[in-house]
Amino acid sequence: MIEVREISKRYVDILALNKISFTVDKGELFGIIGPDGAGKTTLFRILATLLLPDDGSARVNDWDVIKQYKKIRKNIGYMPGRFSLYQDLSVQENLEFFASIFHTSIKNNYENIQTIYEQIAPFKNRKAGALSGGMKQKLALCCALVHNPEVLFLDEPTTGVDAVSRQEFWESLIELKNKGMTILVSTPYMDEASLCDRVALMQTGRIMEINAPEAIIQKFSKKLWAIKADNTYHLLKDLQSFQHIDTCFPFGENIHVTLLHGEADMNDLRKYLQEKQHQELTITTILPVIEDCFMDLMTEDILH
Amino acid sequence: MENKIVQPVITAESLTKKFGHFTATDAITFQVKKGEIFGFLGANGAGKTTAIRMLCGLLMPTSGNASVAGFDVFTQTEEIKKNIGYMSQKFSLYEDLTVKENIRFYGGIYGLSNSGLKEKTEILLSKLKLKNEARHLVKSLPLGWKQKLAFSVALIHEPAIVFLDEPTGGVDPITRRQFWEMIYEAAYCGTTVFVTTHYMDEAEYCDRVSIMVSGKIAVMGTPDALKKGFSVKTMNEVFLKLAR
Amino acid sequence: MFAFIHFVKKETYHIFRDKRTLLILFGMPVVMIILFGYAIRNDIGRSDLAVVDEAHDAYSAKLIAEINASAYFDVVKVLPNEASIDNSFRKEEEKIVLIIPPHFGQHLFQPQTGKAQVRIVADASDPNLATSLTNYATAIINTFQGHISTISQPPLAIIQDVRMLYNPEMKSVYEFVPGLMALILMLVSAMMTAITITREKETGTMEVLLASPLPPALIILGKITPYILLSFINALLILGFGNFLFHVPVHGSLILLLAESVLFILTALSLGILISTVAVNQQTAMMISLGGLLMPTVVLSGFIFPLSSMPVALQWLANFIPAKWFIIILRDIMLKGNGWGYVWKETMVLLIMTLFFILLSIKRFKIRLS
Repeated sequence: MIEVREISKRYVDILALNKISFTVDKGELFGIIGPDGAGKTTLFRILATLLLPDDGSARVNDWDVIKQYKKIRKNIGYMPGRFSLYQDLSVQENLEFFASIFHTSIKNNYENIQTIYEQIAPFKNRKAGALSGGMKQKLALCCALVHNPEVLFLDEPTTGVDAVSRQEFWESLIELKNKGMTILVSTPYMDEASLCDRVALMQTGRIMEINAPEAIIQKFSKKLWAIKADNTYHLLKDLQSFQHIDTCFPFGENIHVTLLHGEADMNDLRKYLQEKQHQELTITTILPVIEDCFMDLMTEDILH
Repeated sequence: MENKIVQPVITAESLTKKFGHFTATDAITFQVKKGEIFGFLGANGAGKTTAIRMLCGLLMPTSGNASVAGFDVFTQTEEIKKNIGYMSQKFSLYEDLTVKENIRFYGGIYGLSNSGLKEKTEILLSKLKLKNEARHLVKSLPLGWKQKLAFSVALIHEPAIVFLDEPTGGVDPITRRQFWEMIYEAAYCGTTVFVTTHYMDEAEYCDRVSIMVSGKIAVMGTPDALKKGFSVKTMNEVFLKLAR
Repeated sequence: MFAFIHFVKKETYHIFRDKRTLLILFGMPVVMIILFGYAIRNDIGRSDLAVVDEAHDAYSAKLIAEINASAYFDVVKVLPNEASIDNSFRKEEEKIVLIIPPHFGQHLFQPQTGKAQVRIVADASDPNLATSLTNYATAIINTFQGHISTISQPPLAIIQDVRMLYNPEMKSVYEFVPGLMALILMLVSAMMTAITITREKETGTMEVLLASPLPPALIILGKITPYILLSFINALLILGFGNFLFHVPVHGSLILLLAESVLFILTALSLGILISTVAVNQQTAMMISLGGLLMPTVVLSGFIFPLSSMPVALQWLANFIPAKWFIIILRDIMLKGNGWGYVWKETMVLLIMTLFFILLSIKRFKIRLS
């Protein structure tokens, strides 16, 4: 459905995209995971036919993004990163307008947006500018869906949105996917990766890894521990100065630790931490999450 | 930590702000101790921003009481402003000034002396490993560095309290953790940290958190206590249970 | 067409929900025309008048008495000769002088010996005041002529020679209306379109519009259509106020005048679109509009400063200012009552300019971002 081959894009002195390649199958929910500056927005704009790549090629629904841009524009739903509705128009007016520019009406495609629309329907006469962040994003999604597109491009739809609204938004996406929609979505929130069929982990214009979230986690070869003590800051400082430490990152209430020689260094670490008199110390072996993998890939990247 | 009784640096009692008929914050009551990292969470539109603005002396409360760093939010807003630092994801540094110019500007508006400024600038630059970039425009720095610099600048006048409004939005996971290390360090040195975030794992880094739901503080306590109270494993679940 | 109608509808919502813009849109023309009109208002009370009486006969005395008896003038001074007028004007003692040359009475009744003349010299540094004063003075002299004519046949004739000192062109409120019209239409049409298009860029909505099947030309057309109508209403407003408050006439064809206004509105709109293709945000659009359009329109169009007294280079530059041509057209139609035959050349210039700007904006308007 989406095919990206060796795409590069440079702005004056920054290489925003560096030979990006991936494919998305029909009906897949594909996530582009990465922080700001990874190149997510540039990638979306190229796929939405709004930017020309310097190099490489891309096809959406087997149409070329450069030559057949008109066909693509008719058949995609695009929600840019910055919130893109008219603040001074009501919910209803926004939706009607976006339907009209695709030569359709809300009625024609109502079943498409029904489940999401019902959540915002109570506010349909309210100005979009007066909606809460979560509601705005739902409305924007409705607007991107109102012409029944074949592919959805959602650039950071959940950024700055609270955890509850984010969860609801993802429930809507999964529902759409189950109806057969192909969705390409980007997010800086690593925990959202597990909701995708496959993800690409991006950092400074490069894709570090593409795979199903479980497969990425399985690939994590090191042994990972979660360590907890009464004073996290002291624990972190002490861990950082431990001689066999590989990585140590605060993670929720714990600190996630990998050691240079894995299991072999663990006894030394236990002794070391006891010497430092940490109270309520617990050390457990854990399975990594996507964020661990992302940081691992980042550190590897820096080393190379 | 030591077992002495620590005076609260922020107290709010039934602090309320109404805009017309709409009550943005509805009689919130809480205390924050010196050196504490206090997570101030809530859904979009729950009233966090209004509360922070009142505490920073930028918005007059409708009713209730509050004091920040020992100063009253109704009558002593100028003193409050001198004793707090503020940083947000949206506004922090001037992109078209260099790193050094930004530091000197913020030091200047908080009344640092010329020699004090020079010294502070040197310390900051070497601590952030930005010595080579001192003369670069801020806009040329990666986002993570900007945020670290912004945080240091917010602390330049050694305020009693620093307010951080979503300081780590969009920052990569490693830099995000380095940022939190800086927060820990500041708290360890006695600065009270008042922080909002949408990353629920960051809520766990806080000593205590409060979660606001439609203008009121729904729950408050240590992350452990909250998780136990709701019998769940993560703060995210606490948040979801509360807000739904 | 369906999408286009909805686009215009949406654009109209934007305009009517933004009360501040609406106020600028309709408030500004009214305020400006009132300001300009009254700043150069032309009704006055009694004024001082000096005479240079070189005739010293019964009829010159009679004329002076008649002027003094009128509701408009007090004859305050008798000056010895014409040369002293300048000095008197500079001291601002009076604004108008009546000169009666020698043998006034004799010429009046014996035309074969010469023509009876009077000369009126006015200080035109305040042009409106000067026009009014000379108008009153000539009216009184005409009346006087009528009075004495009843006692003789054939009718007596006094030749009046009116001279304006310091502002021979005599610009008046009449002439400000065409300039004001050019200025306001340029401001409203060009700046407003530039801003409304860049606003969509700023809020990111342009991104969605571009990624939709709407042709870019339709996006632009949809955005400017309501502004064509608004600008047209503005033009009517200015004409109406000018006529109602200050009796500014439209001597020529009103239809032709309105058609020319529509053409100029299109020129301004195309300039606005051109600006929006360059500017990335509303602030830049505003700066370019003010610096690149408003200033030249005020300075180089002949609106305030007469082009004829400018250096050649500036006069040459003024040819590229659309407002210059529009003002010429307006003055021709409104004040001189000229028809199509007189203004077609200027109209062609405007038309070519408009086509050029439209082509250039189409060329510059991208189907993609940056």
